[in-house]
Amino acid sequence: MTNAEIRDVILNILEGITPDDDLTTLKDDAPFREQLELDSMDFLDIVMEIRKRYRVQVPEEDYEQLASMASTVAYLEPMMKDLEKV
Amino acid sequence: MYDTIIIGAGMSGLAAGIRLAYYDQSVCILERHTTIGGLNSFYRLGGRNYDVGLHAVTNFTPKGTKRGPLARLLRQLRFRWDDFALVPQIGSKVAFPGIELKFNNDIELLTSEVTRAFPDQTDNFLRLIDGLIDYDQIDEAAGESARGIVGEIITDPLLVDMLLCPLMFYGCARPRDMDYGQFCIMFRSIFLEGFSRPFAGVRVLLKNLVRRYRELGGELRLRAGVRRIVEEDGRAVGVELDDGTLLESRRIFSSAGWSETMRMCQKSDLMPQRASGELSFTETISVLDRQPADLGHHETIIFFNDSNEFHWEKPDGLVDVRSGVICSPNNFCYEKPLDVGMIRVTSLANYDRWAGLPEERYRLEKLAWYDRIVDSAVRFMPDFRRAVTDTDMFTPTTIRRFTGHDNGAVYGAPDKQTDGTTHLKNLYICGTDQGWVGIIGTIISGIMIANRYALREG
Ligand SMILES: Cc1cc2nc3c(=O)[nH]c(=O)nc-3n(C[C@H](O)[C@H](O)[C@H](O)COP(=O)(O)OP(=O)(O)OC[C@H]3O[C@@H](n4cnc5c(N)ncnc54)[C@H](O)[C@@H]3O)c2cc1C
Repeated sequence: MTNAEIRDVILNILEGITPDDDLTTLKDDAPFREQLELDSMDFLDIVMEIRKRYRVQVPEEDYEQLASMASTVAYLEPMMKDLEKV
Repeated sequence: MYDTIIIGAGMSGLAAGIRLAYYDQSVCILERHTTIGGLNSFYRLGGRNYDVGLHAVTNFTPKGTKRGPLARLLRQLRFRWDDFALVPQIGSKVAFPGIELKFNNDIELLTSEVTRAFPDQTDNFLRLIDGLIDYDQIDEAAGESARGIVGEIITDPLLVDMLLCPLMFYGCARPRDMDYGQFCIMFRSIFLEGFSRPFAGVRVLLKNLVRRYRELGGELRLRAGVRRIVEEDGRAVGVELDDGTLLESRRIFSSAGWSETMRMCQKSDLMPQRASGELSFTETISVLDRQPADLGHHETIIFFNDSNEFHWEKPDGLVDVRSGVICSPNNFCYEKPLDVGMIRVTSLANYDRWAGLPEERYRLEKLAWYDRIVDSAVRFMPDFRRAVTDTDMFTPTTIRRFTGHDNGAVYGAPDKQTDGTTHLKNLYICGTDQGWVGIIGTIISGIMIANRYALREG
């Protein structure tokens, strides 16, 4: 997967979690927490969704890496670059 | 072998089930009753639809709100705001002799009412709101007395009781006093968020929950009561159903209640003893030949009490008619009116008294108390008695029969097991006795327990 594809995956996960939100204005460098008011339960969901779809495990101590779109893509890149997008 | 077996298809069991099935666990919900919903179900009688529990869905926040329990549960269960089709209330009030406080889903109204009725308490009331603990920090307040803390801020005891009355009726398992944490939850969910109802009643929520659960591959078995939890070396390994069937599972969630669940386990000294709750209700349902508004009754809910002191305790007699909750499902801001007018009145009642009546007496007492309860309610609202075309009534024994909760206790045990753990490593409590009560509260409870004990650990 390219970084653009990883970004798409995350966007798709966020759409699932917050179906009522408009994500087209999401800023990649700003924290999800502020833009979407995600809480700890939602972060668990992002992690669970990645695991469900790609069998990629994000350990709990790394959750903070998922703060924004940019940091999430950077964090996942090494783990996901060799996977096919589904 | 299931990953998770869930005992009970009430709000909490269904919510937990959705979370687990969504993440591809094999999960089975076992429900003793012939239908889903538990304390909050619905039934048909004489061609009409009735809701059992639902007066109002609390925690109402408008579409687009991102904070609070409603927004959180929608995200967690992947629902859109519109799926629940919640319609806000018109307006409610707390009525004590010669004094009332109106409130709606905007705290400004209640604040101005406090200012009008208790001019010297305005600042105290605002301080009370400022000091409320947020939902995520509630554990910090465990065990503190609401009467103690609120009574120090609000110096007029009448206002304290007027505020406690609705919060206790809608979510207090403890007699007389309330846990301060629970007070904060209820204050937020009723006064800061608010009341709502789907046009078609609680079935909208339940049908959405069960449809989602089934779509995700979850299994639901009705008429499948759990008689016993099978144990091996301090772990639960499965359950035995009423008909003797054995089912195996890696973990078990139970929404049956604390004591109720402990009785399914082998006797053990490790088991913390916990008293069951004692607070239960009767509810009268009056079907009217017109809309309540045509009788001049516009309130969504009236919490009444006929003296300056509010008594939140198990009554000595069958029913305590001094206080009650009057609810009209018609009085929400729907686009079109409901087909039939209805008034429901809830009162505190004594389970043992009702359970001790022989069958014929039970029937007669119900008729007699219907009249007394309605007579009491019409002191606080327009007299609707001549518009009544049909009636129904349930008592604590009805609640006991359909939910299995000891004493028909609507909010479960006074002491909660907030972390959900039990003496068995892989048996967890969810729902009412975990701590969050009410429709939205128990859904959140199911979600929390599922996240914490079945998803996070993977
Ligand atoms: C009259 C009344 C009015 C209410 N009004 C409101 C309201 O207006 N707003 C609000 O928010 N809340 C209201 N509530 C409260 C709300 O209904 C409950 O807090 C909530 O539904 C509890 O859900 P639960 O999942 O914890 O438990 P339950 O609904 O009790 O679910 C437990 C389930 O487990 C099943 N079960 C028990 N033992 C076994 C066994 N051994 N094997 C298999 N199954 C078993 C039971 O049959 C039941 O279905 C009201 C309740 C009542 C009774």
